[in-house]
Amino acid sequence: MLAKRIIPCLDVDKGRVVKGKKFKDIQDVADPVELAKRYNDAGADELVFYDITASNEERNIFLDVVEKVAREISIPFAVGGGIRSIDDINSVLRSGAEKVSINSAAISNPELISEAATKFGSQCIVLSIDAKETDSGKWEVVINGGRKYTGIDAIEWAKKGEKLGAGEIVINAIDTDGEKSGYHLELTKAIADAVNIPIVASGGAGTLEHFSTVLKEANADAALAASVFHYGEIPIPELKAYLEKENIIVRR
Amino acid sequence: MIAIIDYDAGNIKSLQFALDKLKVESVLTKDPATIKNASSIILPGVGAFKDAITSLNKLGMTEIIREEVANGKPILGICLGMQLFYETSYEDGEWKGIGLLKGSVNRIPDIVKVPHMGWNTLQRHQESPLFQNISDDPFVYFVHSYAIGGPYEKETLVSSSEYGMTVPAIVQKGNVTGMQFHPEKSGDVGLQLLKNYREMIS
Repeated sequence: MLAKRIIPCLDVDKGRVVKGKKFKDIQDVADPVELAKRYNDAGADELVFYDITASNEERNIFLDVVEKVAREISIPFAVGGGIRSIDDINSVLRSGAEKVSINSAAISNPELISEAATKFGSQCIVLSIDAKETDSGKWEVVINGGRKYTGIDAIEWAKKGEKLGAGEIVINAIDTDGEKSGYHLELTKAIADAVNIPIVASGGAGTLEHFSTVLKEANADAALAASVFHYGEIPIPELKAYLEKENIIVRR
Repeated sequence: MIAIIDYDAGNIKSLQFALDKLKVESVLTKDPATIKNASSIILPGVGAFKDAITSLNKLGMTEIIREEVANGKPILGICLGMQLFYETSYEDGEWKGIGLLKGSVNRIPDIVKVPHMGWNTLQRHQESPLFQNISDDPFVYFVHSYAIGGPYEKETLVSSSEYGMTVPAIVQKGNVTGMQFHPEKSGDVGLQLLKNYREMIS
């Protein structure tokens, strides 16, 4: 049976892992290669690295980190942040990443998804969607770290992303991100039910129950989190033991 | 020395790093002489079947692989690399593969989410030295939308995984071995499988 995946997410700035609340007030956490190794050994199923600065000169520092991580760990990982072109995708895959996460660039240039899926295969193209609830009770896609509304409906965008060839969707609820009050179940489930590709829930994990709820009730295939792992609040072995007790299939 | 066939097949680094960890010498190459002199061959691969087979044909690799396999050289295909061993693929059309194994490559049925992405367990269909020091039902990492189906030689099935169908996960016929999952990304289990493969062919 296919296991549900637990995915620590590492935001990387100038070669260091950082964690901000709602993308602001960023705090330094650790060396990405060390942290990746620790998560690999603790039983994480996959990792995600976001290059949050993505300026040109710092890009090379980041690619160097990606290659070092690939050398050290033997689980898959995705890379996102600042991915705007086929060349960008090629360079992170060539540095040893399994998947590439595309976010803002896909909004202005949806063909980037289809071109990338044709060239590299759907399995390595992840569409990352940041969504915020609107006054009308719908979810709207936001970009630039949640600062800019796009006017695009998140569920429609997920469906379009699947058609364009994305192999997976990360749905990040900006409203719950960093709040540790639980994943956005309604949004995650709406996206999961709208497409037939794997869904990674993101934003809001604070307790063990939050993980089991989103994996059980919102049809998520994987749950992503950052600070609860980085600060050791939820050790991965403990989380997996808990999920197993909750009758969720996990890799142990 | 293992020759990893270089045909611009995406992320090859992880495989090289995994072999480095096992202290197995490998070289990424498209040079026929290097491939002929190597003790074994790995055909890696991610991406589309059509692009891969077109690229292999253009580089003359299809012929070299057939010759070397006929001469008894061990070859390991990983993910798309394994699929390329078969006669036909129905990924976005109909494409002729290398034809080392009988059978075809078909889309995983839509009764499950496609791609098949993540950690799934391996069931054994026969004893194999590949399972040395491997627990029962180990998890390995899969990521693929197509799988071996149609009429294939059942006696080649060493291991499978359940995902909307019985997905052939390890196949073997003589010196030809295929792994549908990524051993280089399957944690300690994957590294052990690569180590066992190395011992099996030496």
